[in-house]
Amino acid sequence: MNPATLYGLMTAGLIGIGLFGLIVHGTALRKLLSFNLVAAGVLLLFGVAAQRGAGAGFPGDPVPQAMVITGIVVAFAASALAVALLLRLLDVEREDDAP
Amino acid sequence: MMGVFDIALALLVLGVALMVVNAAETRAAVIAFIALGLLLALVWVRLGSVDVALTEAAIGGGATGILLLRACGRLRPSVSDTPQPGLGVRAAASALPTLLTIAIASVVLSPPTPAPSLAEAAAEALPDLGLGNPVTAVLLGYRALDTLLEKVVLLLALVGVWSLTSDGLWGGAPAELADGAAKPPLLLLARLLPPFGVVAGIYLVWAGADHPGGTFQGGAMLAGMWLLAMMAGLAAPPDTGNPRLRFALFVGPAAFLLVGFAGFLIADGFLAYPPGLAKPLIVAVEAALTLSIAVIIALMVAGPAMKAPR
Amino acid sequence: MSGDAGFLLVLALMLPATGIVAMFAAPMRAPERLAFLLYPPTLAAVVAIAVIVGRSEAALSYTLGGWSPPLGLMLRADGAGAALMVMSAVIIGLVGLSALGAFRTPEGTSEARQPFAFWALLLALWSALNLVFLAQDLFSLFVALELLTFAAVPLVCLNGKADTLQAALRYLLFALVGSAFYLMGVALIYGAYGALDFAILRVVMREDAATALAVALMIGGLMAKTAVFPVHLWLPPAHAGAPPPASAVLSALVIKAPFFLIVRLWFDLAPYHGALAANLLAALGAVSILFCSLLALRQVRLKLMIAYSTVAQVGYLFLMFPLATSDMPWDTLGWSGGLLQLVSHAFAKAAMFVAAGLIAEALGHDRIDDLAGAARAAPVSVFAFALAGLSLMGLPPSGGFNAKVMLISRAVATEQWWIAVVILAGGILAAGYVFRVIGKAMADAGAGVAITPVPRSREAVPLALALCALVIGFVPLQPFAYLAIGRSTGVMP
Repeated sequence: MNPATLYGLMTAGLIGIGLFGLIVHGTALRKLLSFNLVAAGVLLLFGVAAQRGAGAGFPGDPVPQAMVITGIVVAFAASALAVALLLRLLDVEREDDAP
Repeated sequence: MMGVFDIALALLVLGVALMVVNAAETRAAVIAFIALGLLLALVWVRLGSVDVALTEAAIGGGATGILLLRACGRLRPSVSDTPQPGLGVRAAASALPTLLTIAIASVVLSPPTPAPSLAEAAAEALPDLGLGNPVTAVLLGYRALDTLLEKVVLLLALVGVWSLTSDGLWGGAPAELADGAAKPPLLLLARLLPPFGVVAGIYLVWAGADHPGGTFQGGAMLAGMWLLAMMAGLAAPPDTGNPRLRFALFVGPAAFLLVGFAGFLIADGFLAYPPGLAKPLIVAVEAALTLSIAVIIALMVAGPAMKAPR
Repeated sequence: MSGDAGFLLVLALMLPATGIVAMFAAPMRAPERLAFLLYPPTLAAVVAIAVIVGRSEAALSYTLGGWSPPLGLMLRADGAGAALMVMSAVIIGLVGLSALGAFRTPEGTSEARQPFAFWALLLALWSALNLVFLAQDLFSLFVALELLTFAAVPLVCLNGKADTLQAALRYLLFALVGSAFYLMGVALIYGAYGALDFAILRVVMREDAATALAVALMIGGLMAKTAVFPVHLWLPPAHAGAPPPASAVLSALVIKAPFFLIVRLWFDLAPYHGALAANLLAALGAVSILFCSLLALRQVRLKLMIAYSTVAQVGYLFLMFPLATSDMPWDTLGWSGGLLQLVSHAFAKAAMFVAAGLIAEALGHDRIDDLAGAARAAPVSVFAFALAGLSLMGLPPSGGFNAKVMLISRAVATEQWWIAVVILAGGILAAGYVFRVIGKAMADAGAGVAITPVPRSREAVPLALALCALVIGFVPLQPFAYLAIGRSTGVMP
């Protein structure tokens, strides 16, 4: 079996696991982790297309690879914003509780 | 073909992903997530994308991992470990994900032949830019607008993170990353590693024009070294209002914008490059961008200001 | 061809973005000055684009860097896109004016938290909106959606309180999941066709299962971002908790961008959808209208009521799909009516939120039951609120009235009676919640009510916005040729 197809099936599973995590968990940090799983899977879908599109002397189609790099950075920025929100919320709640 | 290795890696990835979702303690889930990031880097190598593998290891696994670990550390135990959902809930919740997995798997199993690809088009246009690495050509050439706007996205995320402080602390420094005196092994690592890390980071950017590498990988490496120094207490997080810091953030996107608008005058249009000058311009922009990206990544992990400005 | 005017597209997109970058250059004095510096040239570019598109009756396009799609990227302004850009520019300008009071950098400091954040986020929002209206590449649109999300979320919790932080976090998570599903669809499309440009995909799209899955995932993700039932829960606390100028921009513009993308995907990319899918979208829209209008009636706080009204009014937009089904959708009353509803709601809702902000300032609270005396404290604002309400109710003269008449006539002409009934019912419910507020506001306050009068100059903004919603009501009741410019061929000339 082509490695792309094998990893493609793995990606389908990864996305499903991530979606399951999103549904099942209630807290923000766990949801964020699950979102990152889904995001990793989505980017892998581009990777599968890149591998299948190998040609012209390149080991993979460079266009989806560039999109994945952009996607990884955007996902990191999203996680950073979410974590900052979460921690700020906890701090403010702590201040509100303590008289 | 290394068929067995691939199958084992795929199964391992799925197993670790299940651990991330099913772990009882949040800390365990985060650690599993970091492991997953490193495994995925391997998958990217197997998929023929070394550039992506480097980025995934540095940012997806590394930077995101440090971020989530710090978050985990600051949660109160009662918040971080919530009661796990029962079996019935899990069964009901797996209906939709299973459907989605099956749908995507069937699409994966019936790809179009021949596989559509832009590799040929990328290869044809490559000599105009004088670059050897086609991914860099896509990021800073063919689809430079997306990359430029994505830098704006990063700056914006930083503004968002910084806005999460009190009015009086604006411009101050984030909290110390080191909790008390650092342990000797960490101190040793933080003293030994950064010189090599910085060299490696700079090399990644320089080589990225013709070989795997580039601004994100190099920038993440530099950010990692700085974070390491801060975590070991060897460096203090700077004031977010510090003019030099602000300039470091400004210089990368500004250089990119400058070259982009200059394209109206010296080349075909916005984000076009004059023939012959493309590679030096791109490398110059990348150098500036790497500095900005390194600072942005480190600051996003460090968080908003927690101390009044000096 | 694009001709020489294509650079205007670049300016409209990049000038606000340049502003954010410039804000980081140290030492920056008063970020609001930068914003007001960049506003006129950007507005000029946007208006110039709209005029050129109208005069030449063709879309204006620009290929970046000399690399054509599918390898490279293209920007393109058709009639609908140009109109929406003008709408965004006007609303952002007026709302920006109204925000000067609250978000001015204090004397003696070069920077403060809320002003810096507000103006940077507002500029970013503007760039993001223009990118959504101009971009032709599905991945560029993903970047646009992320830019929009990261600009909108911190605006929600700008006041730093726990409830708005909670709302912002929820909004972010919903938006991220929506983006993930959108990107999933994009990945599947690239895997199937090797291209992400609208014009190219339009030609090569096949009617197979993989494509249908991809488009469904994309539309599903975008629906979460546009807050239609049942994924609307994040919106009311987020829009109600933001400061008034931010709420205005969030309700008027930010949620319209993903809807515009759904329209493009539906009509440009995969126009072969059957009646079932169209009616499903319309059904969800109908539930949004009825359910959320009822919820709006029951709200205690004014800002929350307006936010629930936003979700309800967005539902009207989803009625567009079965009403514009045709070989040439842009020639139908459904198309013009839907886009007119989008624009008039934008002006009306912006007016309402700014007015509500001024009323809350005058009275010190925004509880609807205790609004007595508002008409005396902020008369122009209450009047603007009422005018804007005309559009929401669908009463003449207003853009909302014209939009609803168009949609109803199309519904009747195509014998989709239930849609006409839903539109009428929605109008009646809107009348309910608008009159409730006006009634309370017009009541005389008792002796012990503390009132801070609002300067008349600040009340000019909500009035101007409400008047815009009104002026749009004077357009003829037939499909607009302008909104059809550049539609019949998505292919680059």
